[in-house]
Amino acid sequence: MIFLRALLTRLLTMAITLFGVAVVVFFLIRVVPGNPIAMMLPPGATEEDIARLQALYGFDKSLLQQFLIWSGDVLRGDFGTSISLRQPVSELVLGRLPATLELSLFALLIAIALGGLMAFLGTLYRHSAAEAAVDVTTGTALSVPDFLWALVLILLFGVLWPVFSISGRVSPSQAFEFTTDFYIIEAFLRLRFDVVAHLLSRSFMPALALAIPLAAIIAQLLKQSLKETMHLDYVTLARTKGYSETWVILREALPNAVLPTLTLIGVQFTFLIGGTVIIERLFSYEGLGNMAIDAVINRDLPLIQGIVILFAALFTVINLVVDMLYVVLNPKLRHA
Amino acid sequence: MTQFLDIRNLTLRLRGGPIILWSVSLRVTSGMVHGLVGESGAGKSMIGKAVLGTLPRAIEVMGGEVWLDGVDLLALPPRDRRRRIGETAALIPQDPLTALNPSKRVGPQITRRLIDILGWSKSEADQRARTLLDEVRIPDIPRVMRSYPHELSGGMRQRVLIASAFAAEPKLIVADEPTTALDVTVQKQILRLISEMRIRHGTALLFVTHDLGVVSKVCNSLSVLYAGRVVEEAQMPRFFMRPIHPYSRALLAATPTYLDPDGSLQPVPANVIEDVENENHHHALRAGYDV
Repeated sequence: MIFLRALLTRLLTMAITLFGVAVVVFFLIRVVPGNPIAMMLPPGATEEDIARLQALYGFDKSLLQQFLIWSGDVLRGDFGTSISLRQPVSELVLGRLPATLELSLFALLIAIALGGLMAFLGTLYRHSAAEAAVDVTTGTALSVPDFLWALVLILLFGVLWPVFSISGRVSPSQAFEFTTDFYIIEAFLRLRFDVVAHLLSRSFMPALALAIPLAAIIAQLLKQSLKETMHLDYVTLARTKGYSETWVILREALPNAVLPTLTLIGVQFTFLIGGTVIIERLFSYEGLGNMAIDAVINRDLPLIQGIVILFAALFTVINLVVDMLYVVLNPKLRHA
Repeated sequence: MTQFLDIRNLTLRLRGGPIILWSVSLRVTSGMVHGLVGESGAGKSMIGKAVLGTLPRAIEVMGGEVWLDGVDLLALPPRDRRRRIGETAALIPQDPLTALNPSKRVGPQITRRLIDILGWSKSEADQRARTLLDEVRIPDIPRVMRSYPHELSGGMRQRVLIASAFAAEPKLIVADEPTTALDVTVQKQILRLISEMRIRHGTALLFVTHDLGVVSKVCNSLSVLYAGRVVEEAQMPRFFMRPIHPYSRALLAATPTYLDPDGSLQPVPANVIEDVENENHHHALRAGYDV
């Protein structure tokens, strides 16, 4: 009951947040210079042509009127038509979302695997040279942003030692016919593991670039929490029961030490998705981020609005999921 | 009479720092209770930790042997040592509030090790846990086994920990100040419970405490520790009637008794402390340690 009320409160907060985002985006992109209509017409178009097009897209009305019309449409599920691509925004955006989601989730998994492994090794070999090596590695990984890692990876594995693809989501020679936009998941469900392997190798470089800084933060925070937990009495008690140190770390300490890291992953994952905008561009990956940059270049106002709102919705949902996971993992919160 | 636990000349030091245990020897006979008394910092807990293989990494074993059930633990590789300890010994920890894993239900905290380490079936382990929880007089056992630690009181948690310590039928249990963190009214019940369980299961007990009153109630013999050194080892009734070492006498004089509740308590005199510290110094020089 209390849980349900908390959930409803959260959903209401989410709605208010999304409305705020909609307001900010709508007005912000309209005060930035640049006229979408001018971009559509060839040079030498008459004033009349411009005025006609502006009336067609509703740009002749006042800002407030435009906002009311647009938000009314949005509430009915209509995000308008893209100016540059001349297709419904919702169709375009939802068509690209799966690509970005798959990339982000792949990056998140890599980050958790790498970061978790580093934290585990640092804890197992604490107070030794191995722990210092972990600290140095994570420190270095953290001090370089994801787009620079992308350039490093492109240079190393795309140019000097070309083992991974650095361009595009699917190879043009791939004959597999996809019926959905979730390529990896679809290939997996249709048991075409050769296609899964192909897709994963295509997105491995961008995913790794996104994952490296997050892996470093996870490693640092998780190792710190684990080391503190290893001093606690119940961990000592587990040692006297004959469990190996690996078991003690993973089964006794980890479930209690992981909570702060989980919150951190939630926050950082939204940053990671933000990072896809540049990373997708660098790797010519056909996702939302790449589309966002094109939309901005073309001053495609309806498309920009649609993408930003979708990103905002994604972030709030991720935060909600993290909070709920927290309750599941920490029995004390269940009664609170 | 077999010496179930036999510690010989155990010397510990802080890595790169001072010596904290000076060639300590003590024996616990199977089925008996041996008390380990001393003030804070005397090193009594370190002996317990050395026996159970839970010494902090900052502490280094300089020499000595710890024989547990015929095996020198210190001569074993770490993995085997831990396994051996898990099979033959157990710990009743000091603070029941922190000694149970907060994210796990109580039942599995007793049964998991029986299943994981000793290869019991789940139903055997559950049955065993229920029997033990009944022996430590826990009411409503199915509910308690499903509870998380924060849902139980301190006294209940200590009972759970006692049951858990006896779960694998260890031959030795180290009780590290098991009543210090508890309410005075609960302390007595828990002490009685430990004695009762020990007798029923025929387990030897190494009882670490700073409370001579507790020792007089539960122990068959004791070692008095001061500044990392055993200053006196004695059988039970004799110690309280005729303590030999000056520090033991001073310690007894500093303990209130029921017989003479108004009698003045004597602080441990400074010359006694100096004597022991000088002994330590001589001992270190004889052993060739760098002090």
